[in-house]
Amino acid sequence: MDTIPQATVSALHLLTSLDPALLSVVGRSLAVSTSACLIAFGLGALAGAWLGVSRFAGRGTVLAVLNTLLALPSVVVGLLVYLLLSRSGPLGFLGWLYSFQAMVLAQTILVVPIVAALTRQAIEDADRMHGEQLTSLGATTFMRGLLLAWDERYALLTVLITAFGRAISEVGAVMIVGGNIDGFTRVMTTAIALETSKGDLPLAIALGIVLMVVVLALNALVAVLRSWRERIDGAATQVARVGVG
Amino acid sequence: MNTVAAALQGASADARRESAAGHSVFTLDQVGVRYGSAWALQSVSLTIGAGERVALVGPNGSGKTTLLRVLNGLIEPSAGTVQRLAASQQMLLFQRPYMLRTSAQNNVALGLWLRGARWRGACRLANDALARVGLAPLAQRNARTLSVGQQQRLALARAWVLTPDALLLDEPTASLDPDARREVEALLGKFASGQTQTLVFSSHTIGLVSRLASRVICLQDGRVRADLPVREFLQGTAFGESRPSLGELR
Repeated sequence: MDTIPQATVSALHLLTSLDPALLSVVGRSLAVSTSACLIAFGLGALAGAWLGVSRFAGRGTVLAVLNTLLALPSVVVGLLVYLLLSRSGPLGFLGWLYSFQAMVLAQTILVVPIVAALTRQAIEDADRMHGEQLTSLGATTFMRGLLLAWDERYALLTVLITAFGRAISEVGAVMIVGGNIDGFTRVMTTAIALETSKGDLPLAIALGIVLMVVVLALNALVAVLRSWRERIDGAATQVARVGVG
Repeated sequence: MNTVAAALQGASADARRESAAGHSVFTLDQVGVRYGSAWALQSVSLTIGAGERVALVGPNGSGKTTLLRVLNGLIEPSAGTVQRLAASQQMLLFQRPYMLRTSAQNNVALGLWLRGARWRGACRLANDALARVGLAPLAQRNARTLSVGQQQRLALARAWVLTPDALLLDEPTASLDPDARREVEALLGKFASGQTQTLVFSSHTIGLVSRLASRVICLQDGRVRADLPVREFLQGTAFGESRPSLGELR
């Protein structure tokens, strides 16, 4: 086994030489997580917006379940999707087990609650402040949800980035439903787990560095978006307070 | 523009108002509103006729905003009955108007679009309304970057373009500087200059009440303490010994 400094040097070499095997794994990871997040965002944002503006019997229970799902362990999701997609499962006819689609499905299930819960919170806060004004303008409950979601688009972009961070860094679900097949379903997290267990540290470290950079970049993007939004809203508030014009 | 927008803008709105002239637009009978265990309104009975300009006055927490929300149909009373105009025929303006993160023009067009108008036609009408309130040069500006006074005028344009039979306003000049206050007041006067447009507003400003209202409803602890013509209210004779001080209402 390489020593840690040697492995790190080798990892940096893999990165700087744009090693094809490394790039393939990174590309697949990004593709799976991006696909899952876009699907999850479509479903979760709609559900969250609706939950944010609607009032119905049992809403409290739905919210409690949703909040519980935030802490859903990824291996449980992996197991659930495995059972669904296995040959004897209800979706076995799709033949998706150990495929790209299976990994996308698992990550989608994993992040939908995150998107829905965070969107619900943002929309509910906005609705509490401004919902009546939209209703007075003639907006139905559904339209109010859509308008508030559109108006809170910067907050929802942050939700999307958060969801992507969760998806790309999870390992349990994609390991179970993807099978970690080389050149086919191997993604960054599963590759790191495998290469570490094999003692092939350079590739594991190189992938770890890429993963950290991706997560750091996402967090930086969230911070930039938040600061940009605060600057815009802050400027607007200041103009309003001073009464310029 | 489709038929809904045409109805909002055209002759049918005038016809609607003519048929409403002389009739009551809001009738409340023993209305009560409870938030939790506290009553925000209690046993409120009143009738507001078409063309009336009614000021709601009273100290903070007296129930003015709750009454406006009941009139607008945003909340249903916990007790009593309300007969009111259809939601499409009235409009409530809030103390701090909410503007979407988009242009002033889009904010005005939104109300028309929500009531069925085509977007392009709604934008055209929005531009006319913006010109009416003196905001035409700012039509493409992000509404959130406008001053409070401009946003209040924008909210008026947004209401105006819907040609409501009744305009309800919650302290419309509360957070405005004197210039902006004068501008908004002038616009409200313009709106209420017709014989059939009903104006109901809450205010702590006696000047606004005296210039704009024809009738004053004084609320205290969720109850109507006095309901009288503005002149009598200003003379203070109707209250006798127990009349509230004007300072209390400011």
